[in-house]
Amino acid sequence: MWTMLKSSQFRSPWRFAQMAVVMLATTLFMGVGDEARFRKLGHQLMCVCGCNQILLECNHVGCSYSDRMRGELVEATDRGDNDDLTLQSFVQKYGPTVIAVPSVTGFNIVAWIMPFMVLLAGTGLAVYVVHTWRGRPIPALPGGIRPATGTDLDKFREQARSETDL
Amino acid sequence: MTPLTQFGGLAAALLMFQEAQGSGGVWAAFFEAHAAQLGSYFLLVALMLALYSFLAGVLALFGRDSLSERIGETARRAGIAIFFLVILAGITLVTAAFQDNFSIAYIFHHSNRDLPVAYKFAVLWSGQEGSLLFWTLLLSTYGLVLRLRHKTDTRLFAHASVIIAAVQIFFLLLVNFAAHPFAVTEGGIPADGSGLNPLLQYPEMVIHPPMLYLGYVGFTVPFAFGLGALIMRYPGEKWIHITRRWTMVTWAFLTIGIFLGSHWAYNVLGWGGYWAWDPVENASFMPWLTGNAFLHSVMMQEKRGMLKIWNVWLVFSTFLLSILGTFLTRSGIVSSVHAFAQSSIGTWFLIFLGLTLGTCIFAFVKNRDHLRSEHRLEALVSRESSFLFNNLLLLVLCFTIVLGTFFPVLHEWIVGSKVTVGPEFYNKEAFPIALLLLLLTALGPLLAWRMTSVDSLKRNFLWPALGALAIFIGLLIFGVRPWQDATHFYSTMAITLASLVIFTIASEFIRGGRVISRHSGQNLLLSIAQLGRRNTRRYGGYIVHIGVVIVFIGIAGSAFNRNVEKEMGYGDKVQLGNYELVCRSYTQEDKPNYASEWAILEVFQNGKQIDTLYPERRFYKASQQTSTMVANRSSLKEDLYVVYEGLNQDSGRPIIKVYINPLVNWLWIGVITMILGTVMAMLPNTLPSPATAATRVQTVPVGAGD
Repeated sequence: MWTMLKSSQFRSPWRFAQMAVVMLATTLFMGVGDEARFRKLGHQLMCVCGCNQILLECNHVGCSYSDRMRGELVEATDRGDNDDLTLQSFVQKYGPTVIAVPSVTGFNIVAWIMPFMVLLAGTGLAVYVVHTWRGRPIPALPGGIRPATGTDLDKFREQARSETDL
Repeated sequence: MTPLTQFGGLAAALLMFQEAQGSGGVWAAFFEAHAAQLGSYFLLVALMLALYSFLAGVLALFGRDSLSERIGETARRAGIAIFFLVILAGITLVTAAFQDNFSIAYIFHHSNRDLPVAYKFAVLWSGQEGSLLFWTLLLSTYGLVLRLRHKTDTRLFAHASVIIAAVQIFFLLLVNFAAHPFAVTEGGIPADGSGLNPLLQYPEMVIHPPMLYLGYVGFTVPFAFGLGALIMRYPGEKWIHITRRWTMVTWAFLTIGIFLGSHWAYNVLGWGGYWAWDPVENASFMPWLTGNAFLHSVMMQEKRGMLKIWNVWLVFSTFLLSILGTFLTRSGIVSSVHAFAQSSIGTWFLIFLGLTLGTCIFAFVKNRDHLRSEHRLEALVSRESSFLFNNLLLLVLCFTIVLGTFFPVLHEWIVGSKVTVGPEFYNKEAFPIALLLLLLTALGPLLAWRMTSVDSLKRNFLWPALGALAIFIGLLIFGVRPWQDATHFYSTMAITLASLVIFTIASEFIRGGRVISRHSGQNLLLSIAQLGRRNTRRYGGYIVHIGVVIVFIGIAGSAFNRNVEKEMGYGDKVQLGNYELVCRSYTQEDKPNYASEWAILEVFQNGKQIDTLYPERRFYKASQQTSTMVANRSSLKEDLYVVYEGLNQDSGRPIIKVYINPLVNWLWIGVITMILGTVMAMLPNTLPSPATAATRVQTVPVGAGD
């Protein structure tokens, strides 16, 4: 590395300036990344003091748990632990309830997919009900009047709208 | 001391009462000495009357002779008397709070001598026993109104009265034997009480629980009518008209209660949000959703004689969910900041839920042939279908919330370990469904009853859709990036769909207004006002929808929340967005009920001072607990929300947290709009002026646009 720096192509001040900019930017963006990761992970964890709040939203000053947990989270992100490892270390220490949402594994999958399954099944059922009802005979009206359908119905509606107050 | 053992002391108390007459001070002393006995007595007699009202009411329903009628009348009067006894019990408990009567354990645990007068009322609902008494009181009030209005339909109201009496028996059993508010303090009488929970010492807390409870308890009335009508195989749809009105009133109270709770959480809890998907918040939201579904699907039954089974079960589910929500709060099976301590009372609720569900199923199985639809559904693209899908989405949303709330318990039963279901779960699961609901809200008003041609839909939908598209493009131009993450995507979609709803409703108003304008010759605005008065229900409903979309816009703003936290000494500055806050001073104050410390922060925008904020933190002496008082500078654009979090234990310097929360005010404006719309929908229509058709048309039954 040092040999490289001593080589002619790295001797010009312009090159040094470029390197400085790259290094500064890297440092800055690393900081931003850590902060973003801290915020992201901090919102995936619960404070375990019993307040039932997200770790970064626990607003009890002097809360012995949230301050300590935030410190541990900062340490983990500084160390460069990946997200899974960081969250797992919290689970090891504070139990599974420290994670703010159920993981997408095992029985927890039920919680994640059930609402959409129910929505799909319900939609299917509703369409089936409409389809079945459409097949029913049209109830007879007094006086032998046949209910209007299709374009006739639209025509009558438009006529009613334009010729009456409502 | 149980209520029964207090009977002996009552005779002596009454003798003392005679001696005490003629002197106000002695009166008060007498009351203070015997409040527990009096309160217990009132509740016990109320229970006996409820039992009588139920049994005599049932007996009267079986007979058709004049004796049965007279027995029925005594049952009704017994039901009315319950109200007076329960209100006396309530007055006794509140008076005991005002008298600092710590011989009553409930008053000792929930009040103290220095508690401000307004909050002495709040003592009634601040604990398990008192809030159950309050619930009983509201139920008795609803029961009173129902029994006084019995002439509307004597037989239906007699059935409903019996069902209300059955529910009253349950709650009176609770307050008499399971959670007795007049239990006496063990040992000597303490000099002072433990104090009211600091979180409840906020002005809104004086009205939030009553509103919420009015909503919860009120669903008993539609339930009573629904079950009564099913049991008696009520002919016709009158019961559904009566039930709809009661449901609207109840739903409006629940709406106010839920949003007052959100407003309180926003201003007191100090975490910068208004909804945390806490189990107890969810508990109030569940019956709100099913009640909402009922208010939509009931129109199908009124207009077309359809969905009768569905409607009956929606009424039943709404009541069952309000009881389930109460069970959730009372049993302590889920952890929540709102929940009362874990107690055996949950078992009572489970038994009651089981009995109620069993009764509903039995009544339904026995009388289901009475609930046959009178019409068929003719097309997928029709107002009927839109209600069907609206109900589906509301119920799936409700199911998601029930699932999320109970999943930790379910997981513990099945897997053996607990999990947490936090806000992220609900945001991911509920938001897509809520957006679909918003889309349907936009489409619904454009669909006609029976069937709508695609051409007609296209014609009516074109301009609103173009307007919404313009809003979407405007959002992109103003820097909103929906692809940034899921939150931004949902927010953008929410605002776009909300504008679509507003445009479709506006087009409906304009279309109807033009017709009146053409016939009456008055200007469009006056015509639109007249339109609203002629069909209050339809246009009131539209205003409720506008309120809902304004709420959605408010919620969408949360994607753009920002905050910063800083230890601030004198003269320190903190910058967030285009606000700069400068700390001028800190000060302290000692009041009888609490000690407080607060910061004086000057707010600058573009170098110019625009305000001074005073975020505060209080330490309540009796309960030895702290609470925040947020300082909030609120505008339509955003809230500058400042929290004094307290002193850093190490440095001794105060910590200030500043939030910028965009569009929060829209939430509260939306709620007010929803309530105004609900009130309008309950008003009677004014009669339209007669209009003559220009040409003779064949009379064909065409669904009215409602």
